[in-house]
Amino acid sequence: MEFLRPETWDEALALKAEHPDAVPVAGGTDVMVELNFDRRRPPALLDLNRVAEAARWESDGAVVRLGAAVPYARIVSELGRELPGLALAARTVGSPQIRNRGTVGGNLGSASPAGDAHPPLLAAGRGVRVEAASVRGTRMVPVDDFYLGPKRSALEPDELVRAVHVPVAGGPQQFSKVGTRNAMVISVCSFALALHPADRTVGTGIGSAAPTPRRAAEAEAFLAGELAERGLWERGGELDEAVVRRFGELAAAAASPIDDVRGSADYRRHALAVMARRTLGWCWAGYTGLPERSAA
Amino acid sequence: MRVVFTANGRRVEADDVWEGESLLYVLRERLGLPGSKNACEQGECGSCTVYLDGEPVCACLVAAGQAEGREVRTVEGLAGEDGLDPVQQAFLDAGAVQCGFCTPGLLVQTHALLERDPRPADADIREALSGNLCRCTGYEKIMDAVRLAAARRAGEGAQG
Ligand SMILES: Cc1cc2nc3c(=O)[nH]c(=O)nc-3n(C[C@H](O)[C@H](O)[C@H](O)COP(=O)(O)OP(=O)(O)OC[C@H]3O[C@@H](n4cnc5c(N)ncnc54)[C@H](O)[C@@H]3O)c2cc1C
Ligand code: FES
Ligand code: FES
Repeated sequence: MEFLRPETWDEALALKAEHPDAVPVAGGTDVMVELNFDRRRPPALLDLNRVAEAARWESDGAVVRLGAAVPYARIVSELGRELPGLALAARTVGSPQIRNRGTVGGNLGSASPAGDAHPPLLAAGRGVRVEAASVRGTRMVPVDDFYLGPKRSALEPDELVRAVHVPVAGGPQQFSKVGTRNAMVISVCSFALALHPADRTVGTGIGSAAPTPRRAAEAEAFLAGELAERGLWERGGELDEAVVRRFGELAAAAASPIDDVRGSADYRRHALAVMARRTLGWCWAGYTGLPERSAA
Repeated sequence: MRVVFTANGRRVEADDVWEGESLLYVLRERLGLPGSKNACEQGECGSCTVYLDGEPVCACLVAAGQAEGREVRTVEGLAGEDGLDPVQQAFLDAGAVQCGFCTPGLLVQTHALLERDPRPADADIREALSGNLCRCTGYEKIMDAVRLAAARRAGEGAQG
């Protein structure tokens, strides 16, 4: 096995082009488990820890460009205001030790339907793009087109995730995840919600309840429509209980869950409806400043 | 490959390291630092927790080559010239050690917590230690130990 140690992105991309079978390793929290358990014997590892730019983020006030290897712990401590949905999801990843190492680039690289970064990225707005780089150039892949199947993404063998571009939040964002305990759980299922008052749209993301992370498009359109029709974007006010319930139903209907060791398909559908209603309650309270009504 | 880094303030070299090896394996099997324990090799138990450039991480999930040129501090590096670190002493005094397998990781993680937050609330302690599993103590003595260490550190600070 080779251990490749690029110091810059140019070097990293050149090495990836030369060794398309090399497995990138950022935080190692997925890769090292596979190596430790003999599940994977790649011809080479490509260490991204030395590429300083990968661990930086920048914002022009409208969009955050999040370097692929910024660990979750820093997303929590540094980006709670700009990317509240992603920061909330990052807080639920593994344990403090895992959050000190694990990265969004690695979450995208693994493309597991259970990855916690995916739902908030899907919910954060149509502008979310994965910057996929190779010696051939850079592609900006809309996050909706990134996930192709369980653990399959749109990345080509010579490409690396260099950064993710995420619009700065213009409204409340929430994330909810079901698991057996509060820490250290791969989600049974999860749900992210974002309100985008500027263009009066709603964003959602579903985790662990379909072959890929996905949006609940009908639920988004329904809620945006109701808010517009009732003039609620402008004047705030209480959300009708029937609207909240219907939103939950549509969110659950967007999933295509399976029975597995972590939970049954029925349970996942049920939990999604609950999480959709709850996150809506939290977001709406955040938007209007009104106290939250019970959405159980 | 050869890997060179700093362990507990000392420059260390390991030869013939397999490229897919973990930092934990290098520490335990090649450098004679068996304090960090290997229990799960998948990031779940925290018994391999070490500082990597000042951040507590699971050594079983760091590729050996990723440690090149960096600073590692293990449980062996907590005690100073004048004896045990206050965190270690507190674990002893509070009876927070039974079989002791989880202890090295808990000591490093607690040390890191108190460096960052000298007066953690109970909820902060539980959150900070949520990635460290103990099969013996039931955690209550560990909570006591962390509170005791925090109180002693604060006392020392107050005395100058
Ligand atoms: C104990 C434990 C608990 C966990 N809990 C959670 C959890 O709660 N939620 C969750 O979502 N995940 C969890 N995980 C999984 C893991 O931490 C995440 O998927 C994390 O985001 C992986 O990031 P990393 O940097 O460690 O990835 P790595 O292990 O370094 O890489 C993961 C994959 O992505 C590829 N890759 C890495 N960086 C890039 C890049 N820049 N471009 C292209 N490919 C790349 C790698 O080749 C590999 O295939 C957990 C893991 C452990 C061990
Ligand atoms: S041995 Fe590393 S976390 Fe268990
Ligand atoms: S004392 Fe035995 S595992 Fe904690």
